[in-house]
Amino acid sequence: MAIVYLPHALNAYTGGRSEVAIDAPRVLELRAALERRFPGIQAELEQMAVAIDGQIHHDADYERVEQRTEVHFVPRVAGGA
Amino acid sequence: MSRIHVHTAINGEPAEFLCDGHQTLLGALRDELGLTGTKEGCATGDCGACSVIVDGRLVPACLVLAAEAEGREIGTIEGVATDDALHPLQKQFLEHAALQCGVCTPGFIVAARALLEANPNATEEEIRLGLAGNLCRCTGYDKIVRAVMDAAVEMRNAVR
Amino acid sequence: MSEQTFTTVGTRPIRHDGVDKVTGRANYGADISLPRMLHGVVLRSPHAHARILSIDTTRARSMPGVKAVVTGRDIPLVQAKLAMGEAALDLRDMGDNLLAHDKALYHGHAVAAVAATSLDVADQAARQIVVTYEVLRPVLSIEQATARNAPILHEGLKTIGRPTIETKGPTNIAGKLELKLGDVERGFTEADVVIEREFRTPTVHQGYIEPHACVAQTGEDGRATVWTTTQGPFVVRDACAGILGMDAARIKVIPTEIGGGFGGKIPVYLEPLAIVLSRKAQRPVKLVMSREDDFRASGPTSATVIRMKLGAKRDGTLTAASTSLWYEAGAYKGSPFGAGAMCVLACYRIPNFFIESYDVVVNKPKVAAYRAPGSPMAAFAIESVMDELAETLAVDPIAIRLKNAVVEGDRAPYGPSYGPIGLKQVLVAAAAHPHWKAPLADSQGRGVACGFWFNAGMSSSATVTLNADGSASLVTGNPDIGGTRVAQAMMVAEELGIEVDRVRPCVGDTDSAGFTDVTGGSRVCYATGAAVIQAARDVKDQLRARAAKIWDVQPDAVGWNNGCALPPGAAADRQPLSLTELAPQMAKTGGPIVGRAAVNLPMAGPGFAIHICDLEVDRGTGKSKVVRYTALQDVGRAVHPGFVEGQMQGGAAQGIGWALNEEYIFDENGVMENAGFLDYRMPVTSDLPMIDTVIVEVANPLHPYGVRGVGEVPIVPPLAAVANAMHAVTGVRFTRLPLSPPRVLEGLVAAG
Repeated sequence: MAIVYLPHALNAYTGGRSEVAIDAPRVLELRAALERRFPGIQAELEQMAVAIDGQIHHDADYERVEQRTEVHFVPRVAGGA
Repeated sequence: MSRIHVHTAINGEPAEFLCDGHQTLLGALRDELGLTGTKEGCATGDCGACSVIVDGRLVPACLVLAAEAEGREIGTIEGVATDDALHPLQKQFLEHAALQCGVCTPGFIVAARALLEANPNATEEEIRLGLAGNLCRCTGYDKIVRAVMDAAVEMRNAVR
Repeated sequence: MSEQTFTTVGTRPIRHDGVDKVTGRANYGADISLPRMLHGVVLRSPHAHARILSIDTTRARSMPGVKAVVTGRDIPLVQAKLAMGEAALDLRDMGDNLLAHDKALYHGHAVAAVAATSLDVADQAARQIVVTYEVLRPVLSIEQATARNAPILHEGLKTIGRPTIETKGPTNIAGKLELKLGDVERGFTEADVVIEREFRTPTVHQGYIEPHACVAQTGEDGRATVWTTTQGPFVVRDACAGILGMDAARIKVIPTEIGGGFGGKIPVYLEPLAIVLSRKAQRPVKLVMSREDDFRASGPTSATVIRMKLGAKRDGTLTAASTSLWYEAGAYKGSPFGAGAMCVLACYRIPNFFIESYDVVVNKPKVAAYRAPGSPMAAFAIESVMDELAETLAVDPIAIRLKNAVVEGDRAPYGPSYGPIGLKQVLVAAAAHPHWKAPLADSQGRGVACGFWFNAGMSSSATVTLNADGSASLVTGNPDIGGTRVAQAMMVAEELGIEVDRVRPCVGDTDSAGFTDVTGGSRVCYATGAAVIQAARDVKDQLRARAAKIWDVQPDAVGWNNGCALPPGAAADRQPLSLTELAPQMAKTGGPIVGRAAVNLPMAGPGFAIHICDLEVDRGTGKSKVVRYTALQDVGRAVHPGFVEGQMQGGAAQGIGWALNEEYIFDENGVMENAGFLDYRMPVTSDLPMIDTVIVEVANPLHPYGVRGVGEVPIVPPLAAVANAMHAVTGVRFTRLPLSPPRVLEGLVAAG
């Protein structure tokens, strides 16, 4: 099971729940599983970056989510130079 | 309206161009003569990117009328290197990594050369004051000032 | 990884494009000229907020020499977003910013454009365009924008709140983000000291010396070529395609050399206009912004109002933080309010916090990214309050930061744990630095501040081609703003074991380079560098296969070391074959060797810095001067230390300008009164001392050499470092920037 940390920003969907264990092979399936648990959340999650064990990915759909992986959803950030 | 025919000398070579009465020397150099090494950063004489020499005097080309070049000697960045050799300032700027985007560099080199020719023993403070008319947004000036100081040493040694 | 030894990485070779730049030969955006080229001029709104009732271009179009006129009618708005890796660019907003449609939303907002045979003719023609406006009341501050009955910029704008909030009626608040941990009320009760302050920072501009400029040429077949000064040629291509409804395959973008960007040359302001004008006129069109237009109508960064409340125990341990950050977005949604929220507490371990951040539209130019967007203002707030805490608790300012500094394994305020990071290391280095203990004169004071910023990853492509003479060519798609070309060449030289002089780095265009995300986000040496190294290693793999062919063995059996392919076994007839021996045999052994790689990397671990600033203040005039400055930063690995130092010094100088003098001064009608370099006062040579740098290297495990990124962090600490130094000299806590002489005098007088 991966541990998914749910940001306070998505409270409206999670009812205040801050973490949940999800079984899924990749981020794509993980988001779908979260949608089943918290309807409406997927559209929000698709706009966010995903941190997998601390590494923040912007295009994470096919990244593997192993057992005991920590997953965070993080706002996307714009950089200058 | 007919254009003005200007005869001048650029970097020691005779040159001529047509310009309008209100056209600046900067515009004439870039648009009539294709000498794009001199840059426009502000068009109000505040950034030094258009630094050129007119009859031995450092000026912002955006504040000089093109017609004023008549009969005068103009020095631009294109004339700083000589006979395939870079000027000590150009070499030191490269050694010191004193340019990042490089757009202010031509103006700095023309201005620094004028400064050192007038004051070969310029101190760091005199260099900073003397180059205060040239804006750089990339470097914070540290490496530029070091490059100018090292170029001054090189130029003094060459004279001996 | 710190045990890696290098031959080229860490040295300071001359940059390959250097000679062209010191002689003036290098071509920047405005240096491009084409046969039959026309000159474009943009007509801009004289009102900060107005409905556009009509635009009459009849007289302009009929003037001799005028070849094309364009208004918003010619470029219908599209509903689309351009995924730009880290953030989506809203093409509808960008298209409306490019040319106003229903409303002019800031003074300087483009309303029409003209292409003519000379700049003079175009300018005169633009003046002949008749625009009728219904002038509306502008909103020019957070307070004005959020007041009851405030004029509304966009009727349909909704607040996207996270967590979701109920939006009742029209609003100027485009977004809200909250981050939360623990119980902030309880955290404050556990504190021995609580300090709360409100901070204000002004609108400031990136101040690149080269204004925006481009030339567009369209052919009879509708294909367009655009030369432009940009941080992202692929962004230009895809934004133009999206906004104009063109196939991106019919647009080629050639990035010229770029005279500074800092984030401000990521959006497009001119290129689609130039394409449409060129198409109408069937001639190339050059569009260059004047400096004045650049100030008024490109993308400065947000003015902010930030409230910061921190609680700490007597020993300096932080117990709670509560902060509200309000960012001005300018005329369209999209300030760096999200990044600001994520950065503001990122340096410290705080068990209870509440962060709320707001994106507010106002009648000013739409903000663009400016070096670590959102972070400098946030750091100004927290680092000032940390300074005040230290003073109140009589704790050393570096010690209090060390006590609370995040380390590997701590959670970032936005959730995930930090990997290897260097905050503690830079703090320890600062405390040990001679600057920290140097004596100060009576009129001088010392301030320190920390800074945080992300290092982006994203997509990059690279090709390395081996030449028969053993030299190599390298193509990537990142415009070179600060020496990345030479750093990339150094990586190829390192991998292949050849002289860096014999690598030819080239910045490709959108046809010749593989897709690459922008030069920005401190990403080029990390992400593009990783692709470059992989491409060079691909070359080595191919060379091993060629040697295998020569030796008639399996490629897997061939090793590589020290620039040579190594044969299996110790057969006397097989000596190692060097790259220079193999290269001339390419044709015989299979053909040219082209190494390639493409990556899409996660973000590198963040960068941390601390700056030490000594400020001298004249209490009679309020004028101050930085007399000593040291910047210490973790960069992961410095490939070319000279250019890494340059990034640290340049960012520090921009931050010092932001702290001491820079601001947009608006009149009550929303007109910028100081739209020029005389009165928009950036630092000059005589304002600054030498800027000392200390490079700390805590390797980033995601890059083969440990490169993390350097470019943006340096602008984050200076705002508070300078303000804290000002406090040290004057005893006055300044919470409003810039600390220009009149403001300092005002503060001194108020303090009595």
